Amino acid sequence: MPSLYERLGGAPAVDAAVDIFYRKVLQDERISRFFDDVDMERQAAKQKAFLTMVFGGPANYSGLDMRKGHAHLVSRGLDDSHVDAVVELLGQTLQELGVPQADIEEVAKLANSVRDDVLSRGSSAHA
Amino acid sequence: MPEIRYNGRAFGIHAGETVLEALERQGEAVAHSCRAGLCQSCLMRCSTGMPPAEAQKGLKDNQKAQGYFLSCVARPEQDLEIGLPGDALRVEAAIAELARLSETVMRVRLTTAAALPYRAGQYVTFLRPGLSRSYSIASLPEERALEFHVRRIEGGQMSGWLHGQAAVGDTLTIQGPLGDCFYTQRDAAQPLLLAGAGTGLAPLYGIVRDALRQGHTGPILLYHGARNAQGLYLVDELRSLAASHPQVAYHPTLTPLDEAILGGKRDWKPWRGYFCGDPALVNVLKKKLFLAGMPMREIFADAFLPAAAKPAALL
Ligand SMILES: Cc1cc2nc3c(=O)[nH]c(=O)nc-3n(C[C@H](O)[C@H](O)[C@H](O)COP(=O)(O)OP(=O)(O)OC[C@H]3O[C@@H](n4cnc5c(N)ncnc54)[C@H](O)[C@@H]3O)c2cc1C
Ligand code: FES
Repeated sequence: MPSLYERLGGAPAVDAAVDIFYRKVLQDERISRFFDDVDMERQAAKQKAFLTMVFGGPANYSGLDMRKGHAHLVSRGLDDSHVDAVVELLGQTLQELGVPQADIEEVAKLANSVRDDVLSRGSSAHA
Repeated sequence: MPEIRYNGRAFGIHAGETVLEALERQGEAVAHSCRAGLCQSCLMRCSTGMPPAEAQKGLKDNQKAQGYFLSCVARPEQDLEIGLPGDALRVEAAIAELARLSETVMRVRLTTAAALPYRAGQYVTFLRPGLSRSYSIASLPEERALEFHVRRIEGGQMSGWLHGQAAVGDTLTIQGPLGDCFYTQRDAAQPLLLAGAGTGLAPLYGIVRDALRQGHTGPILLYHGARNAQGLYLVDELRSLAASHPQVAYHPTLTPLDEAILGGKRDWKPWRGYFCGDPALVNVLKKKLFLAGMPMREIFADAFLPAAAKPAALL
């Protein structure tokens, strides 16, 4: 059976998803403030790396990278509710692209697997 | 912490410090301007060791391979032996023309000693002893001289010199060209939105003419904004350009550009955008047009960041 990343369509699928997803993030009152004050291209590149990872694609973040990368957001109040919002917008994005529900759930599972590292909780699972 | 060797001397680096900051802290003067990895004024070359990858962003592959890096964003993780970039990337230029386009904007034309291949809309760095500033190219490569539009800034070192003391025949060094804000033809019929305020027109003036020269057939909307009427210049030239090219619509305006552009409801999905000039305006345009449907990869921009002041710690 093809991998999740192959089923979703690989790098072109990430490209198709990133604009849709990033627009949702920027317009979502719950989370836009975390993404507002930074350079847009850099942000979009980060979103792309994030989508590649949760699509099951070639991404090599360690738990430590995740912690370092989000520590400044945690200090600005990033918590579970915001991660929930991101996972929700991710699901909406994939729905718009016609991805089947089972695959959307698998993507959500991957996104949730880094939740503790993103929120700097517990000890790093895979540093 | 790693150590850098420069001019035969060892320099320590504090945690989080850039190469530029470490050299300045220890009494060395290194040319720089934006301190943000954009203008390449602070280019240095590493002869031993690997510069950090983020300090090579925006450089050409052959420059990366030769160890060039931007000292203002280089936070080294290993020992480096570094030096100034040498003259390979620089050319001598002479002022061929200084002509006022409005009360505050000077057209500066330069001829270079050696050919400088560029794309209309890119920018170069002007270097004078102890001073470097970036300016966008308004000319087309086949024109004999390089053209720039320089706005006079109160107390400005480079713009003040160009508006005040500089004379035809004076020389300066330029480095570049840089930037990816230029026209490439993928689809001659794609609609283009060009928007800039003040001297943000300079690259757009090159881009619009380059697009036409390459046979662009789709609509080209050119918005030039300014806070007051003196900020608008080349109005007659652009009116006649629009008059002779039915696909070009030219809108000089004193209305904030985002309002002027987004006032009319349009579907921006098929468009490509070029946004230049004031950084705050460029960011607003990028964001609003992106949210209105313009794809990220179709958005090209040059923010005219002012030269950064030294961080307080260095004063
Ligand atoms: C990629 C790029 C392209 C650029 N292209 C152009 C161009 O085509 N034409 C052009 O005119 N400029 C352009 N600039 C801006 C230019 O590089 C200089 O920053 C500008 O000319 C001022 O330099 P200066 O030495 O005269 O003033 P400085 O000596 O650097 O500044 C003098 C004082 O004025 C303040 N100041 C600087 N800029 C501004 C500003 N915009 N508004 C208000 N106060 C300010 C400074 O903080 C300082 O206090 C570009 C910048 C970049 C990064
Ligand atoms: S790129 Fe380093 S000072 Fe501009």
